[in-house]
Amino acid sequence: MTAINSSIPQSTAPILEARAITCVRGERELFSRLDVQVSPGECLHVRGENGVGKTSLLRLLTGLASPESGDVLWNGTPIKKDSSEYHSKLLFLGHRDALKEDLTALENLRMYAAIDGIKLADVEAFSTLWRFGLKGREDLPVNCLSAGQKKRVLMARMLTRRAQVWILDEPFNALDAQAVQELQSLIAQHLEGNGLVVLTSHQPLEISNLRVLDL
Amino acid sequence: MNAFITIVERDLLLVMRRKSEVLTALFFFVIVTSLFPLGIGADSALLRKIAPGVIWVAALLSTLLGLQRMFAADYADGTLEQLVLSPNSFTSLVFGKIVAHWLVCGLPLVLLAPVIGIQFDLNAESLRVLMATLLLGTPVLSLLGSIGAALTLGVRGGSVLMSLLILPLYIPVLIFGAGAVYASSVGLDISGHFSLLGALFILALAFVPWVSATAVKIAIE
Repeated sequence: MTAINSSIPQSTAPILEARAITCVRGERELFSRLDVQVSPGECLHVRGENGVGKTSLLRLLTGLASPESGDVLWNGTPIKKDSSEYHSKLLFLGHRDALKEDLTALENLRMYAAIDGIKLADVEAFSTLWRFGLKGREDLPVNCLSAGQKKRVLMARMLTRRAQVWILDEPFNALDAQAVQELQSLIAQHLEGNGLVVLTSHQPLEISNLRVLDL
Repeated sequence: MNAFITIVERDLLLVMRRKSEVLTALFFFVIVTSLFPLGIGADSALLRKIAPGVIWVAALLSTLLGLQRMFAADYADGTLEQLVLSPNSFTSLVFGKIVAHWLVCGLPLVLLAPVIGIQFDLNAESLRVLMATLLLGTPVLSLLGSIGAALTLGVRGGSVLMSLLILPLYIPVLIFGAGAVYASSVGLDISGHFSLLGALFILALAFVPWVSATAVKIAIE
């Protein structure tokens, strides 16, 4: 097994890969035998009409759902086989913001750091929240924040998570023009650091190294 | 281990921020157990006889009240998905949630039991046995209940379905828990009851976290 893996040249191998995946929701087949490859430094923009299976594809890539047939591979290994290794490198942001409303922004960040198994110093947590314009609001319960400010807390989480793979479902919803710019530059910065991004969005993106997948 | 402690702390913190939900379950326990002496009157011999059953049934029902909350809130706001995607073992996180549920909904019942028992004219020995059975039995209730909470996740009218699923599973705990208190009050040996409760506890501890974690993953998918 190791011999086969090591024979794949790591530098050119696409790191996140889906091979011939088929997705069925209920009775309907959303897509079949779809191949997806994302290499380091590359951003995959999944587009399509509502209900075409964008979110389903993203959930398959995270391992939250399993494809009807086919495999999702991380570094050549199926993610089901070594999910903890893959999940330690993965950040997924779904439709719902996954913040605890009764906890403060800072407590949410700390909680996720502990659950994701990363060390987060208080200085870093504060400075990240300040960077996204949440100065003075660190100690407010999240339900006192606006939808856009909650997204900013999520952006702070994206930065502190230090994951290599970002899978983002509609990350630009509820953001004002300035925050859209900030998020795009955050993604660009992530790509420069050899990160991978898969995202869905209805608006055109200004990110270099962008590849579009139309479902 | 670190993530396990974080989950327990987080759930306790969330309960502290929203006390009403937990207090409802505890208040329910106190009220229901108080209604019996009030309704039956001052027949202390009868009260002593029904006390174990009444207190244990009330404990089962008040545990059920808090169960729905175990995964539902995290499911609704998307946190549960994030927990599944954690590099830490999801089973240990689910176990953390079960422990938090017991600390909030089970442990207070153990501590309240002596006060409730006095209403039923139980003697000191019976009160001690009652507390001991609750201490051993309520963790089993939280563990088994987590399976129901996980299976009914995202189901409409899930709480009723969960009660139907879970209450039959509680029967052995009820029988040996209440039985031990009754046996001690009539001077019988109670070590058998405790052995069986302990066996139930160990069995549940060994299997339930895995079962619940799997059920939650299926519900999310």
